[in-house]
Amino acid sequence: MSAPDFLAHGPEDTVGVVVVETVKTGAALAGLDMETGQALHIDALSDIPLGHKIALKDLAEGDTVLKYGHDIGKVVAAAKAGDHVHTHNMKTKRW
Amino acid sequence: MTALADREFFGYRRENGRVGIRNHVAILPLDDLSNAACEKVANNIDGCLALPHHYGRLQFGEDLDLHFRTLIGTGKNPNVAACIVIGIEPGWTQRVVDGIAATGKPVAGFAIEGHGEIKAVATASRKAQEYVQWASEKLRGPCKISDLWVSTKCGESDTTSGLASCPTVGNLIDKIDPLGATTCFGETSELTGAEKVCAARAATPEIGEKFMKTWQAYMDEVIEPHKTSDLSESQPTKGNIAGGLTTIEEKAFGNLQKIGKNTSFIDVLEPAEEPGRGAGLYFMDTSSAAAECVTLQAAAGFVVHLFPTGQGNIIGNPIEPVIKLTANPRTAREMPEHIDLDCSGILRGEMTLDEAGDALADIMVRTCNGRLTAAESLKHREFVMTKLYRSA
Repeated sequence: MSAPDFLAHGPEDTVGVVVVETVKTGAALAGLDMETGQALHIDALSDIPLGHKIALKDLAEGDTVLKYGHDIGKVVAAAKAGDHVHTHNMKTKRW
Repeated sequence: MTALADREFFGYRRENGRVGIRNHVAILPLDDLSNAACEKVANNIDGCLALPHHYGRLQFGEDLDLHFRTLIGTGKNPNVAACIVIGIEPGWTQRVVDGIAATGKPVAGFAIEGHGEIKAVATASRKAQEYVQWASEKLRGPCKISDLWVSTKCGESDTTSGLASCPTVGNLIDKIDPLGATTCFGETSELTGAEKVCAARAATPEIGEKFMKTWQAYMDEVIEPHKTSDLSESQPTKGNIAGGLTTIEEKAFGNLQKIGKNTSFIDVLEPAEEPGRGAGLYFMDTSSAAAECVTLQAAAGFVVHLFPTGQGNIIGNPIEPVIKLTANPRTAREMPEHIDLDCSGILRGEMTLDEAGDALADIMVRTCNGRLTAAESLKHREFVMTKLYRSA
C-alpha cells in the first residue's frame, strides 16, 4: 500500500495518529495497525493536524481511551469514529 | 555495514580505564560567583570549556550533596581530559578537586578570596594552558561498544516520538545491551501513567519496587505539594500538546519506548549517581526537563546521548554530545540544522524500525569517532544543575 494517512499502535487501540500533514473533513483515510500489519479505513469527520489523534470507534463520555493497548486518559466529550481526539474531548486521569 | 558487535570506534581511554569520545579541558566553577573567572580563563586559553551555572552558595543537606556529586561527576566524565576548578574559597573548591582526582586525571583548584579575580585568573590560565597542550597530544585508540556509556532522554515529544523516534532508540538499546554497553534512561515524572509497565521492566521485583518507591516519592514530594492544576502546558508541555499529545499517560507510554522491547533495567540511580553494577540499563531519578536530565546523566559518566524529539527540542550539553533524531517530517524539513537523523520514513513505511536502529547506531559510532552533532556545531552547551530546594 502507499504511505498510510494514520497509524495505530495495536489492535486494542481506540485512537490512531494522523501521520500526514493535511487531513481535511470528509477525507477517506487509509491506516495501518503497526502491530498486526492490518489495513484500516476511516473517514475523517474533522480537519486533523499531523500527529493528532483520530477516533477509531465511537467514544462516549467517561470511556477510557486506549493507545499502546493502555489507558491514556478519559473521554470528557463524546466523539464519533473519525473525529479529532485531543484536549477538547479527552483528559488525563492523573494529576 | 560492519555488524555492531564488531564495530570499533576511536575514543580516548582515560587513566581509570573509562573511554571518552571528546577531549575537553573543563573550567568548572564551584559556585555562581566564580563563573566570570572561569569564562575569563576559557577566553585566555584556546581549547578550554567553561561550564558556568547558577548555584553553589548556602546549599545544604541532600541538595548540597547533589551539587557536589554533579560537579565532581562532570569533572570525572571521560569526555573531560583535565579539569580546572575555581571557587570563591578554597575549602569546597578542594573538595571538588579531590573528588575528580580519584580518576587519576589532571585537576587543579584555584580560590579567589585572598587573591582577587585577576590574579586567580592569571594563575589558573597558566595551569589551563599546560593542561590544554598536554591534552592536545592525547591520541584516540580503538574501542568497543562495551566501552560505551550511552544515555537517552526525549524532548518536545509528540505522537511521532512514540510511534517512531523513541522506538528507534529502543531498537538500538536492545542491540547494544547484549554487547555490554552501559545505558541510562530517566524522567521520573514523565513515566506517570506507565509507571507500572516500567516497573515490570526491572530485572528483579526488588529493583521494580525501588523504581516504584522513587516514582512515588517524586509524586509526593514534588508534584502533589506544588501543583495548582492538571499541569497542562507543563507536563505535557505546550509543544507536546501542539504536536498532538493530550495527556501525561499518553506521553509516558511514548517515552518508555526508548528502552526497547527486551532490555531490563538493573538498578535505580540517584540523580547524577554513577552506575555501580556493571554493564546494563539503569534508570536514573531525574526531572523531565531536558537540560537538567542530560546534565545529571553526563555527571554520572555517560559519554554520548540519544535524544528523540518530535516538535524540535534544540538542547545540547557541553561535555556529552547529544544526537538528535526525529520522526516528525515537518520538524525534519523545517529544523534540519538541529537534526542528526531523520527517521520519519518509518511513518511512511519506507524504513523499518530495525533499519532506523542501524542508522542510529551508525551515527552514534560516527559521533564517537569525532563527528560533531548538530547541537555541538550550533554551540548548544546547556549545563543546568538540578536544585532540590531553596538555599539556607
